[in-house]
Amino acid sequence: MDMNAYLSMFIDESNDHLQALNDNLMRLESSPEDISIVQDIFRSAHTLKGMSATMGFEDLASLTHEMENVLDLVRNDKLKMDSFIFDTLFQGLDALESMVEDVVQGGTGKSDVTHIVNNLANIVKGDYKNSSTEPAASASTTAAGQENGGLLDQYQSSVLKQSIQSGLQVFYIKVTLTESCVLKAARSYMVFDVLENTGEVIKSEPSVEDLEQEKFDRSFTVFTISSVSPEELTSKINSISEIETVEVLPLDEESLATLSSAGTQAAAAVEAPAAPAKTEKAEVKSADEQKKPAVKAPVANRTIRVDIDRLDALMNLFSEMLIDRVRLEQLASEVKRQDLTDTVEHMARVSSDLQNIVLKLRMVPVDTVFNRFPRMIRDLAKSLDKKIDLIITGADTELDRTVIDEIGDPLVHLLRNSVDHGIETVAERVAAGKSETGTVHLRAFHSGNHVFIEVEEDGKGINAKKVLEKAISKGVVKPEDAGKLSIDEINNLIFSAGFSTADVISDISGRGVGLDVVRTKITSLGGNVTVTSVEGKGTKFSVQLPLTLSIISAMLIKLGDEKYAIPLSSIVETAIIQRSSILMVHGNPMIKFRNAVIPLISLSKLFESPSYSEEHEEEHEIIVIHKGDKWAAVVIDEFIGQSEIVLKTLGKYLTNISGVSGATILGDGQVALIVDPNALIK
Amino acid sequence: MSEELKVIVFGIANEEYGIEVDKVRTIERMMPITRVPKTPSFIKGVINLRGIVVPVMNLSGRFNLPETEVTEHTRIIVVAVNEMEVGFIVDSANDVIDIDSDIIDTPPEIVGGIQAKYLDGIAKIGEDRLLIMLNLSEVLNKSEIVQLEQLEV
Repeated sequence: MDMNAYLSMFIDESNDHLQALNDNLMRLESSPEDISIVQDIFRSAHTLKGMSATMGFEDLASLTHEMENVLDLVRNDKLKMDSFIFDTLFQGLDALESMVEDVVQGGTGKSDVTHIVNNLANIVKGDYKNSSTEPAASASTTAAGQENGGLLDQYQSSVLKQSIQSGLQVFYIKVTLTESCVLKAARSYMVFDVLENTGEVIKSEPSVEDLEQEKFDRSFTVFTISSVSPEELTSKINSISEIETVEVLPLDEESLATLSSAGTQAAAAVEAPAAPAKTEKAEVKSADEQKKPAVKAPVANRTIRVDIDRLDALMNLFSEMLIDRVRLEQLASEVKRQDLTDTVEHMARVSSDLQNIVLKLRMVPVDTVFNRFPRMIRDLAKSLDKKIDLIITGADTELDRTVIDEIGDPLVHLLRNSVDHGIETVAERVAAGKSETGTVHLRAFHSGNHVFIEVEEDGKGINAKKVLEKAISKGVVKPEDAGKLSIDEINNLIFSAGFSTADVISDISGRGVGLDVVRTKITSLGGNVTVTSVEGKGTKFSVQLPLTLSIISAMLIKLGDEKYAIPLSSIVETAIIQRSSILMVHGNPMIKFRNAVIPLISLSKLFESPSYSEEHEEEHEIIVIHKGDKWAAVVIDEFIGQSEIVLKTLGKYLTNISGVSGATILGDGQVALIVDPNALIK
Repeated sequence: MSEELKVIVFGIANEEYGIEVDKVRTIERMMPITRVPKTPSFIKGVINLRGIVVPVMNLSGRFNLPETEVTEHTRIIVVAVNEMEVGFIVDSANDVIDIDSDIIDTPPEIVGGIQAKYLDGIAKIGEDRLLIMLNLSEVLNKSEIVQLEQLEV
């Protein structure tokens, strides 16, 4: 069978399951007594195991199998979770993740996981407490397997015993397939199907896994609890083709006792060779267990997975249509025919609904990025010996897929920074009169056309004085300018390129390592990052991101006969001022605006406009723009109005044109340039 | 090794030029061009080519030749080279011909005021018709524009 067709599905689903495992393990760690979580984990692990085995990723399957064994014990209250088990399970998860990653990269998903497998096996045997650090040699595993090599373990025999006591029938069934049987696994599956329809399979020899992989000769044995008579069972199994013989032996308490104690004797009755150590722990795969996922699992979202390229194509086509729509609206207003105007208006409404849907298609909740952070913080805190609570809010906030793909790394960086250098050690916190456990808040929320993501911790804050000293010594700030900077301006110096060196770590609370990279990344996404900090109280990083990268609201303006678009997101206000109100400061024009004096920029001069100059006007139309908390006023000729515009690049030939961030196509088919307000404010 | 080449023939001033047909995406009539500030003077701006924004340059200007007037014969030839799409404003585009790669000669240092590096060669067609073959990657060389910008500043 060509597995490639299923590979991408396998990868997507494995990732989902790994994430579910991760989340649930985290939940379990905070409430270890909650067995229902173990059930969830077990279910994910089980599905993952099945999928990997089907796809032929043996290592993945066997590691999951070992993890499942441990979880099975926990689920059945035979093992208490402790930190060693958690760590081993997490290690196992990491190994699984890297194996899946390898598969994604086109590898075979092979990996040496003997260490983890041994640890898991030790946990199952219960002797990890003695030799937990020493990976047990595989020989000892096998030896242990033979020690309690009885056919039924304690748990299974007690289940069977209880069933008999409560009046149910328990059978020992031996099935032998015909010699010519081709699909042994399929036949054995059919037998199991019959058994599970009439009752519950408690134990099979060889294990279900081995049966599924045809790792048996011709016969297998099963212990089952059933509601039907032995005769009926025999005839039902016999009705499956290619079955040679079926022996159904009813068991009573006495025979059960012999089976579980005198394992060797019973083992002789089994033709199949004794399975390796892992079968010692039988696979409890009761019918009840198999039904549960269907009942308990949350109603699956009715979703399909779509190739991101198709979405992009849809988006492009839609932007073409949007341009035509605006053109139609213009034509209709010229033609002035009522029925045409009505039709165009209706189309406009439909297309704006369509626009919302198309844009939403590309929106992904930030949770897809956030969900790996709790685990990361846990590991970091553990390795740094700090106590940290990560509080995530607004994980359902949605962002454009393109932004989501890019934002992960910068956030990891900011969070690591907060945990590593922001939050103090327990001793330091106590000495500073704070609670032992530090708190890191990770918040996401909408505001206007932007999404904000904040990382705030209650650690030691930034030492502004040292940052300034460092900045001066690194040449980031001139000594004579140092006095003019506000605290916030100083703190934001940590994003400067050239501020990141290793010796900063020991010097000033370690801030500044690679933060310039974070800023570059976020700026390239059309966003912005700032930091505010109070020394001794904590630090807050605030990342501002655009909601979408393809359609924006903009103000269209005119400079003579040229048209430009200014993104609405950076416009504070539009106004008209008198020429006489312009102040000159050091030869630069400034105006008073909301109790501040802000620079006045002439767009016509900047763009060398051939057909317009404001020189001889008495009144100026201005647009007040902002970049972060800096403001500036831009003099323009005329406002046209607000419009949704589709972002287009200027092509590969024209790049890095200062003051222009791109272009858009207006309703009349003409190209208008998009002004980059960030480049106007120095 | 001789090879048949299909070439689009266009005229600037009184010279005839050729570009291999597989590098030409489309030939358009003159259309409104949006000026892009702070670019070299031979870059006339950008046009809307069916939803795609394409920069347009005046070839004469690119070669530091005097720019000619726009007439009804003026065309924009859009070429695609090295993943870049650029339109050339030319005085006329009137022919597609087949030529043999053998008849293309290495150009002398300067042909009609154009430096040899912008040319692939000169094809002699018939008695006294010369076709100047353009070296598009060199014409669209961006590092040169950067140098130009530095000179202008």
